[in-house]
Amino acid sequence: MKQYDTLITEESVRDIPATLLRAMYVTMLRIRKFEERVASLVSEGEIICPSHLYTGEEAVSTGVCSALRRDDWVFSTHRSHGHYVAKGGDIKALMAELYGKATGCSRGRGGSMHLASPEVGLPGSSAIVAGTIPLAVGAALAFSMREEGGVSVAFFGDGAVNEGVWYESLNFASLKRLPVIFVCENNLYSTHMPISACLADTSIYQKAEAFKMPGVRIDGNNVVEVYKTAKGAVEDARRGNGPTLIECMTYRWRGHVGSNFDLEKGLRSKQELDYWMKRCPIKALEGLLLNHDIISESEKEQICRGIDGEIEEALIFAKQSPYPGQNELLDNVFKT
Amino acid sequence: MRTISYVQAINETLRQVMEEDRRVFLIGQGVTSPWYVGSTTVGLIDRFGPERVIDTPVSENGVTGTAIGAALAGMRPVLVHPRMDFMYYAMDQIANHAANWHYMFGGQMNVPLTIWAIINRGEEQAAQHSQALQAMFMHIPGLKVVMPGTPYDAKGLLIASIKDDNPVVYIDDRWLYDQEEDVPEELYTVPIGKGITRKQGKDVTIVATSYMVCEVTKAAMALEEDGIDAEVIDLRSLTPLDEALVFESVKKTGRLVVADGGWKTCGVGAEISAAVAGNAFEYLKAPIVRVSLPDAPAPASSALEKVYYPNANSVVSAVKKVLKWSGKSGV
Repeated sequence: MKQYDTLITEESVRDIPATLLRAMYVTMLRIRKFEERVASLVSEGEIICPSHLYTGEEAVSTGVCSALRRDDWVFSTHRSHGHYVAKGGDIKALMAELYGKATGCSRGRGGSMHLASPEVGLPGSSAIVAGTIPLAVGAALAFSMREEGGVSVAFFGDGAVNEGVWYESLNFASLKRLPVIFVCENNLYSTHMPISACLADTSIYQKAEAFKMPGVRIDGNNVVEVYKTAKGAVEDARRGNGPTLIECMTYRWRGHVGSNFDLEKGLRSKQELDYWMKRCPIKALEGLLLNHDIISESEKEQICRGIDGEIEEALIFAKQSPYPGQNELLDNVFKT
Repeated sequence: MRTISYVQAINETLRQVMEEDRRVFLIGQGVTSPWYVGSTTVGLIDRFGPERVIDTPVSENGVTGTAIGAALAGMRPVLVHPRMDFMYYAMDQIANHAANWHYMFGGQMNVPLTIWAIINRGEEQAAQHSQALQAMFMHIPGLKVVMPGTPYDAKGLLIASIKDDNPVVYIDDRWLYDQEEDVPEELYTVPIGKGITRKQGKDVTIVATSYMVCEVTKAAMALEEDGIDAEVIDLRSLTPLDEALVFESVKKTGRLVVADGGWKTCGVGAEISAAVAGNAFEYLKAPIVRVSLPDAPAPASSALEKVYYPNANSVVSAVKKVLKWSGKSGV
């Protein structure tokens, strides 16, 4: 038995197929490598659009989206790249969107904070904190009225719990027992403010009680735990048992926006960042996969090279793509 | 054809459209109440049940977002806000989400949502139960805005709004609810973006919205007795705005009064005045005059309400000012 470090226990993966574990590893790595490439492109001034990077939080979107069907919907936030990739969005179109190109996933009209990929169940992301939470509730209402068994997910950060619409949405979803999962990515910061300076009670999952809804707090850096929790919640929702609130404890390595780490501004400590980087969600799964020979060192290298290739291809695609025509500025204000 | 009231026209339309199209449902505050939204929704809960007639808690922003989400997912909700005043809570969902969603994702998604907004004022309801916010919605790209002024248009524009693939703010005024006229039983649409000339005239153009169409009609009759022949245009839609209809009329009359029941500053009248000044300037024989609310919150006292709300007399004096213009600035 090899001895790579991992946060994930053997016990916890017994009933999970190796192919799924491997797929989740690839997805997380794709998100990580994509984000880190974007970080350097932001530093170089290549990407102008404000980009809120998902580095460090990969296990949340990956675990949740792995528990969903392709036609289930997820609604995303300003920190949207991870949700887009985890739900299966095309990374060429994503990179092109960050470059403001006509071939972007939002045709160059959305930018980093507004990604959509309807064909994989991502109807959009909003840069207004908590803005998509009621939209997810509404999609769940539509699914439930049509009795299709569809589920919708609202991803949001810990900062969103300060918005009134969060309470309105959770109450309404529970009242009507709608098939929606509320996934809080608690990365401990609401832009520059620690969450302890924002919430009188930082146990976000416990707020579910007020809505008579199950609420759990889990390790958001353990993709297996995220996946299993989401799977249970999704099954419940599909069976008509209503919504669940899942609070995933995680951490964004980069600062609130852009490629910096928010250390130089004194917003958080190096020790804190180091602690969380040691708890890397990808390393955690990688250790488990190597220990169990689900992947070998050489396969790992191969996977990495494959993803690097995809990203370089996406970058070339983005750079070579045309900008939207200036004569198209006023297109799509209305659907005609 | 039979004669029905404005309120009956809305009630009948909701019932007929919901019978015809499973995607349509009604959601909002007071939709199962016999009085909250006038009698516009009477009987709908019995006919369609609580799954399609969803009375909601007072969570304007959350419920508006919910309706938008359902629209994104292929439904055609009719979301009611029983007073426009309450819609400020929902401005984020309306302006940031519903209005932007089609453009922001390059035309891939759309929000076929009717946001039915009721103006409910008078009777000493004061500043937070009286507002007419059409200009605010007209300002936001991505929203269509309609204001039917007659029972026929109430039905035809409601059907057009529900069938439209975009978010439409459908604004009615409870002062119109007792108006009666011939309304076809069958479903028909009044095109969004088309105004209508209610009365031909040659001396002055009076452009009106919603309830002000009634006051302007009364004013036009009074003016006729004084030998003044006014042309009356009912805008019906604010976005898109039927500018061509207004320009053509002003080219004929050379004079313009705009009567709208919202505030003056940055209001409907301001927009139309600017459009006319920019596109038919050479035809104007006199300055344009706006009839509107004064730039003040609505008062409670009936004594003050009498001077706060514009009426036919306000329109008559505005027209006379325009006709008597002496060539000096200021009217």
